[in-house]
Amino acid sequence: MNVSLILVILLFGALATWYSGDKWASKVALAFSTVAFGVTAFLTYRFFTVDNPTVTLSFSKMWIANPRVVLFFKADGLSLAMALLTTALTPIIILTSFANLFPRKASFYGLILFMAFAMAGTFLSEDGFLYYIFWELSLIPIYFIALMWGGGDAEERKKAVVKFFIYTFAGSLFMLLAFIYIYQRTGSFLAFNLYNARLNETEEMLIFLAFFLAYAIKIPIIPFHTWQANVYQKAPAAGTMLLSGIMLKMALFSIIKWQLPIAPHFAEKYKYIFIALCVAGVIYGSILALKQTNLKKLLAYSSLAHVGLVAAGAYTMTLDGFRGAVLQMLAHGFVVVGLFFAAEIIERRFATQEIADMGGIRLKTPVFSSMFMILVLASVALPSTFNFVGEFELLYSLAQANIWMAVVGGLTIILGAFYMLRMFQQVMLGDGTRAFADVTVIEGVAFVLIIAVLLFFGVYPKPLVELVTPTLNELLTYIKQLR
Amino acid sequence: METNLALLLLFAPFAGFLINVFFGKKIGKNASGYLGTAAVAVSFVVTLFFFLQVSSTKKAISVELFEWLNLQNFTVGFNFLLDQLSLLWLMFVTGIGTLIHLYSISYMHDDENMHKFFAYLNLFVFFMLTLVMGSNLLIMFIGWEGVGLCSYLLIGFWYKNQDYNDAAKKAFIMNRIGDLGFLIGIFILAHIFHTLEYTNIRTAVENAWTIDRTWLTIAMLCLFIGACGKSAQIPLYTWLPDAMAGPTPVSALIHAATMVTAGIFMVTRLNFLFNLTPDVLEVMAIVGAITSLIAASIGLVQNDIKKVLAYSTVSQLGLMFLALGCGAYEIAVFHVITHAFFKACLFLGSGSVIHALHGEQDMRNMGGLRKVMKITFATFLISTLAISGLPPFSGFFSKDEILMTAFHHNTVLYVIGSLASIMTAFYMFRLLYLTFYKDFRGTEEQKHHLHESPGLITFPLIVLAILALVGGAISLPGASWLNEYLAPVIAKPAVHHHLGPTEYMLMGIAVVGALVGIGIAYAKYMNKGEVPPQDSEIKGVAGLLYNKYYVDEVYTAIIVKPIYAIGSFFKNVTEAAISGLVFGFGKAAVFLGKQGGAVQNGSVGFYLLIFVLGICAIVGSIFLIK
Repeated sequence: MNVSLILVILLFGALATWYSGDKWASKVALAFSTVAFGVTAFLTYRFFTVDNPTVTLSFSKMWIANPRVVLFFKADGLSLAMALLTTALTPIIILTSFANLFPRKASFYGLILFMAFAMAGTFLSEDGFLYYIFWELSLIPIYFIALMWGGGDAEERKKAVVKFFIYTFAGSLFMLLAFIYIYQRTGSFLAFNLYNARLNETEEMLIFLAFFLAYAIKIPIIPFHTWQANVYQKAPAAGTMLLSGIMLKMALFSIIKWQLPIAPHFAEKYKYIFIALCVAGVIYGSILALKQTNLKKLLAYSSLAHVGLVAAGAYTMTLDGFRGAVLQMLAHGFVVVGLFFAAEIIERRFATQEIADMGGIRLKTPVFSSMFMILVLASVALPSTFNFVGEFELLYSLAQANIWMAVVGGLTIILGAFYMLRMFQQVMLGDGTRAFADVTVIEGVAFVLIIAVLLFFGVYPKPLVELVTPTLNELLTYIKQLR
Repeated sequence: METNLALLLLFAPFAGFLINVFFGKKIGKNASGYLGTAAVAVSFVVTLFFFLQVSSTKKAISVELFEWLNLQNFTVGFNFLLDQLSLLWLMFVTGIGTLIHLYSISYMHDDENMHKFFAYLNLFVFFMLTLVMGSNLLIMFIGWEGVGLCSYLLIGFWYKNQDYNDAAKKAFIMNRIGDLGFLIGIFILAHIFHTLEYTNIRTAVENAWTIDRTWLTIAMLCLFIGACGKSAQIPLYTWLPDAMAGPTPVSALIHAATMVTAGIFMVTRLNFLFNLTPDVLEVMAIVGAITSLIAASIGLVQNDIKKVLAYSTVSQLGLMFLALGCGAYEIAVFHVITHAFFKACLFLGSGSVIHALHGEQDMRNMGGLRKVMKITFATFLISTLAISGLPPFSGFFSKDEILMTAFHHNTVLYVIGSLASIMTAFYMFRLLYLTFYKDFRGTEEQKHHLHESPGLITFPLIVLAILALVGGAISLPGASWLNEYLAPVIAKPAVHHHLGPTEYMLMGIAVVGALVGIGIAYAKYMNKGEVPPQDSEIKGVAGLLYNKYYVDEVYTAIIVKPIYAIGSFFKNVTEAAISGLVFGFGKAAVFLGKQGGAVQNGSVGFYLLIFVLGICAIVGSIFLIK
C-alpha cells in the first residue's frame, strides 16, 4: 500500500461518479472521497509507525524514457500533510453541496473528485514534469465548475472565469519553461536532481522569477490578485471552496517544495523584497476587505490577507516560517471552507450576497450563529484555535527576520478583527423579521467537522508538527547546503 | 492529586459553560443559574484549599500537562503555576465571581436567554482562570484574548441593539491593538530568553545573563501597550465606558473587578523584568497618573450612573499603574483587591437601583431611594466611603499607600494622583446624593413600583460591603500581611517608608482632600439641591468634560476615517489600475493577434486551443532538439 492508492481511488471515484447518474452522484462522490481520506489517514499513521516510511510508502515507476519522466509519488511529511488537507476537505465540500439542486450532478461531482485527484497528484509528485501535469490538470475541472455551475450573470461570469483561466495558465507556462531549462542541465525532473542543478546567478534569478509568476498568480500575491475576488464571488460555493481551501495551497506548497530549494541563492539574497511584498498584501487585502459590500468578496479579500502572511513566512526560509506556513495552510483551508459555507447558507435562504440585505439572522438561528461565530473567531486567530498556532509561528518567523515585518504583518490581527466582527454584526446581529431556517443536519455535520478540526489542532497541534517537521528540516538543509 | 484538583479548579467553570450551552434551555432558568454559580463556587473552594496550603508551605505548585507549541527556539506547554500571586488573584476572581453569579440569578431572571448569559459568564471565569494560572506568557495570552472574547459577547449580550454591538466590537478591537503589542513583546522575550516560562525567565535574569537592555526595554514597552488595552489606560481606555452597554453584573465582574485588572496582574507577574527597565516603569507611572486624572475629570459631570462608575474604574486603574510605575507592585495589588471589593459592590448596587427603576440609568431621574432601598443604600454608602478614601474603610489604606509612594517618587505625579482622588470623592458623593437623597424625580409609575431588591441581590451586596469595610486589614501600615505573603514573587520589595511626620501629614492631606471633595458635593447637591441640567444645556468646560474631551471623535477622525479613505482609494483606484494593467497586456496580445489576422474569430475556446497547441509545439521542439 502506497500513496498512489489515494490517486487511484480519487480518479476511479471521479469516473464512478460520472457514470453513476445524477441521482446517486453526490453519494457516490462522498463515499469515494471519504475512502480516499481514510486511506490517506491510514498511510499517515503508517508513516509514523513503519521503518523507512518514505521508501515503503512511495511509488516510483519509469514512465517516459526520453525525456526522462518518472511516475514518482513520494510520501513525506509535507506531501502527506497536504494530501490530508485535500482528502479531508473534499468530502466536506461535497457535503456542503448536498442541498444544491444542480443540473448535471454527475458531471459536477465527478469534476470535484477529478479536481481532488489532480490536486493530490500535485502534492504527491516528486517528478517535476509529473507535478506540472497535475498542476495544469487541476485547472480544467475548476474552469468548468466555475463556468457551468456558477451564479450571477452568465456573460460576466464567463468573463471572470476565462480571465482567471488564461491568467493562471499563462503564469504556469513560465514555470514549465523553467523546468525544461533545468532539465537540459540535469537530464532529470526529479526534485532532488533539480535542487542540485548548480545554476549560475542569472539562471537562478530567471528561474526564481518564472516560478514566482506562476505562484504569485495562483496564491495570489498582490499585484497578481485581480482575478480572485470576482471568481470567488461568481463560482458556485463548492468551486470557491476548492479554489480557496485547497488549490491556492498548491502554490504555497510549491514555494517550499520547488521554488526555494531550486533557486536558494537568489531567494536568500532578495528574500526581504518578497517578504515585504507579501506583508504588503496582508495589509492591502485587509483594508480592501473593510470596503466590501458583498459577503463573498469580503471573504475573498480576507483570504488574500491570510495567505499573504503564509507566503511571507515561507519566504523567510526558516523552520518557523516553513512550519508556520504549512500549519496555517491547513488551518486556513478549513476555516475558509467553513466561512464560504456560511455565506452559501445565507445565500440559500436570503438569495443575496449583499451584506446590506442581511441582518437579524442570529435572532432566528442559535446553532448557525454559534458556528459562524466560532469560524469568525478562528479566522481572526483567537488562541486555542488552529489558526492561532499557524499565525503565531508565522509572525514569530517574521519577527526573527525583521521585527517591523512582524509589526506590520501583525496588524492583521487588528484589521482582521475589525472587518470580520463588522461583517458579523451587519450580517447576523441586530433585529430582524425575516424567517431564516437554522442549519439542517447535513449542514450541521459539515460545520461540526470543520470546527472540530480547528479546535482540536488549536489545542493539540503536536501530531501535525511531528509529521511535517523532519521533512521541512530536510528541505531547509538542502537550501542551506546549496547556499 | 494536586494536578487533578488544579484541573478541577480550572475546568469546573468550563464544564458549567458546556452544560449551559447544550442543555441550558432544557434545564430551565433557575437550574441553569444555580449550576453556573455552583461551577464557580467549586473553583472557589478548591482555590481556598490551595491558598491555605501555599500560605503555610510557601511552596508553589506547578502542573504540567502537554506540549502545545513547538518553535525552533522554544516550546510552550500547557503548564500552570499556583503560586502566591496567582492564588491571591484566584481568590478574589472566584470569590467575587461566585457572588456575582448568585446576584445574576435574580438580576437576569426576566431575560429569555438567561442560560446563555450564564454560559458566557462561566466561559469568562474559565478564561480568567487560564490567564491567572498559566505558567508562561502564552497560556496567559490564551486567557488574555479569551476574556476579551467573553467581554465582547457579554457587552453585546442584547444583540438586537446595534449600539450595544458597536460597543462590543469597539472593546474587542481596542483590546486587539493592545494584544498586538503583547504578541510583539512575547516575540522579543522569546528571542532573548528562549523560553516563556516565568520561572525560567526569572532564573535567567537572576543569574545575570547579559541581556540586551534596548530590546528588553522595547519588549516591556510592548507588553505595557498590551496592559493599556486590557486595563483601559491612555490611549486605549475609551472602550471601557462604552462597555457599560452590557448587563450590570458583567460590568461588575468583568469591567471592574477582574478582567480589567489583568494588565496589573501581568506587570506584577513580570516585575523582575520591569525592574530592569526603569524607563518603562517611568512611562507607566506617567500614563497611569494622567489616566487617573483625565478619567476622574470626565466622571465629574456624567449623569449615567454606570458611566460615572466606569470612569471611576479607569481612574482607579490609573492609580494602580502609578503604583506599578513606582515599582510598588504589592501596593498596586493591594489596591486591586480593595477596589475589587468596593467597585463590585458599587456596580451591583447600581444594578439594584436600575433593577428597581426598570432600566433607568440617568441619575437626573433618580433620587430619594435611600428610604425604600435601605440595604442597597447602606452597602452603597460604605463602598462610596471606601472609594473616597476615608478611614477606616479599605480604600483609604490602599489609596494612601499609592499616594505616599508617588510622593517619594515624584511630587508632580503625587499632585496629579491626589487631584484625581479629590475628584473621586466629589463625583462619588455626587452620585450618592443624586441617587439616594432628596426626593424621587422619576415618573409616578416608577415611584409606585419602587422596592428593595430580593435577597439574592442584597446578599452579595452585604458581603462585598463588609469586605469593602474591613479589606484594608490585609495590609495595614507597618504590619502588612500582604507584603509578607507576596514576598516570594516580588523580586524587589517596594520601599516602605516608616510612618514619620511626613507620612502622617500626607495621610492628613488625603483625608482633608477627600472631605473637601465631599463637602463641595454636599454644598451643591444637598444644600442647593441642584440637579444636573439637560444635555443641551451642558456648555463650556463642563461640556468638554461631558463629551469626554471628544476623544472618540478625534480617534474616528485621525484613525478610522483615514483607513476607510485608504480603503476607498485601494478599491476605486489601485484595483482598477492593476486590473487595467493586466487587461492591458491581454489587449496588447489581442492587438497582436489582430495583426496576425485570420485566427481572430472571437471564440475563447479557439484561443485556448491555439494556446495549448503552441505550448505543445514549444515543449515538443525543446525535447526534440535535446
